[in-house]
Amino acid sequence: MSADVSRRGFLKLAWGAAGAVALAEAGGVAYMFLSPRTVEGEFGGIFTAGAVDSFPPGSVTPFTAGRFYLVREDDGGFVALYRKCTHLGCAVPWEPAEGRFVCPCHASAFERDGSVVNAPAPRPLDRFTVTIADGTVLVDTGRPIQRDHATDADLVYA
Amino acid sequence: MTAELDPRPEALPQRVWDSVQRDQLPPVDDRDRMRLVMNNLVLHIHPSKVSKPTLRFTYTWGLGGLSLLLIAILAGTGVLLMFAYTPSPDQAYSDMLALQSTVWYGQLLRNLHHWSGNLLVVVTFLHLLRVFFTGGFRTPREFNWVLGVAMLLLVVAANFTGYLLPWDQLAYWAVTVGSSLMSYVPLVGEPLRNFLLGGPEVSGATLTNFYGLHVAIIPLTLLGIASFHIWRVRKDTLSIPHNVDGSLPEPNTKVTTVPHLVSREFVFALVMTGLILMWSVWVNAPLEEAANPDHSPNPAKAAWYFMGLQELLLHFHPTFGAIVIPVLALVALALIPYQRFDLSAEGIWFRSRRGRQMAVVAVIAGLVLTPALVLLDEYWLDLPELLPSLPTIIANGWVPLAALLLGLLGFYEIMRRAFRATACETRQSLFILLVVGFVVLTVIGVAFRGEGMALMWPWEVLS
Repeated sequence: MSADVSRRGFLKLAWGAAGAVALAEAGGVAYMFLSPRTVEGEFGGIFTAGAVDSFPPGSVTPFTAGRFYLVREDDGGFVALYRKCTHLGCAVPWEPAEGRFVCPCHASAFERDGSVVNAPAPRPLDRFTVTIADGTVLVDTGRPIQRDHATDADLVYA
Repeated sequence: MTAELDPRPEALPQRVWDSVQRDQLPPVDDRDRMRLVMNNLVLHIHPSKVSKPTLRFTYTWGLGGLSLLLIAILAGTGVLLMFAYTPSPDQAYSDMLALQSTVWYGQLLRNLHHWSGNLLVVVTFLHLLRVFFTGGFRTPREFNWVLGVAMLLLVVAANFTGYLLPWDQLAYWAVTVGSSLMSYVPLVGEPLRNFLLGGPEVSGATLTNFYGLHVAIIPLTLLGIASFHIWRVRKDTLSIPHNVDGSLPEPNTKVTTVPHLVSREFVFALVMTGLILMWSVWVNAPLEEAANPDHSPNPAKAAWYFMGLQELLLHFHPTFGAIVIPVLALVALALIPYQRFDLSAEGIWFRSRRGRQMAVVAVIAGLVLTPALVLLDEYWLDLPELLPSLPTIIANGWVPLAALLLGLLGFYEIMRRAFRATACETRQSLFILLVVGFVVLTVIGVAFRGEGMALMWPWEVLS
């Protein structure tokens, strides 16, 4: 045992460390107890959007329960856009007359592919993963995907 | 063996009363009056004697006491409201409708709670200004100022969590916008926001969380800090008011707390209770249609006390508008008492005669410059367009922030030289400029922002 750790100093440290561990455990318990729980079958689950052919190219279809828009670009590619504005979280409506998403809160505007045409939104609309199986479009709303730019790589084809 | 008997046995009710109130009432001399304060659980938040000049209403404006009165009203009405309210998305809004129509005095109690809560934000802010402008934060009271700033934040948090509970459109979208501000904090912001909301969006889980915070966590924390705050005031006493020439307005004698302080507090509390009651009888708390997560109203505004912040957001990159500038401002606010201070200025409104002149100039500067900058940025200046090679976080963040800080530095130097002022007086004028700027931004956000958050006249906003 090294001479520069006194018995008193050692005990002080041991008690202090034990106390810190106990506090951290209590904090961890509280944090995990309070953490959000996800519910199956609601927003956060996988949505069956419908048959590929029911979405004409160049269309924007809102899914209210899933909180997303299923966009089919002119070339037939699909992208699912989270309707939550990337600025401050408002629900962004699709304005067919303007051909854009226009946020009512702070006038952010987005193209059909989600890219920003009018600030203050800092990034394009988030997207959800789209999969196509047996001619049916499925959208996984579990995790919004953030992106700096909307690209053609985001599009999914039948 | 003779038992010693009470020579004059008193009736039972009298003996019970004497066991509760052990000192004789009414007190006959100062000794009795001091003992009354010391031996009473409620009154002993005061010292038994106070300095006579500090009793002047125009020195304290009774703002600390008023905050306490409002907290008492909020606790009383809040506990009653808990019996008529269920924090669930299916039930909350219909409970609000029932409060307004079928529950006896439901509307009145809701109004009292709503208006007292909003008034508390204003009163705690005014209390902060009063303490600042009379130099009441000086040694040994520095830490009590920090506690006060913490309580101001708690009061805002209490208001913000309470804002959601009616579960109407106003509540839902104000909390959506308000909590989204948080997600701009680097790294921890998004997880923290999701934790607080119980998910990525405002939902039933959010209502549960906010209810728990609103009725238990925040009030208990506030009670704890407020007790500490008042205990410190009692230990440190109030700063003594001085005339601008440094003389005392009256001899600094001590008088007993009962009746000199307590009677004033009582009358002030009665008058304010009456005013709040009258206001709440006549003016109903707002309630819009039920919350609809599919439809954001236009414009979607945060709660009024966040409108200054929301206005900042229209001019700065969100990381700066929501995080960098507010955090800088709050840290600066909390550190105010640790700045050097002219001891001779303590107790003098606005420090000195020169301090008062500089205050007027700073107010005018704030009233002119803030709207000017807002208009400039709204109509003429588009930094990201001027600096296309830079990312927006620099063009609309670092660049305007640096310009703003340089402008404040310039203001500081000009004021100091033009008035040959001390650092203490100059700092005060800078503080005033910033406070006036913040208030003007709040007013612009509340009254001059209409559909699509476009600038317009207040009568156009209303229509």
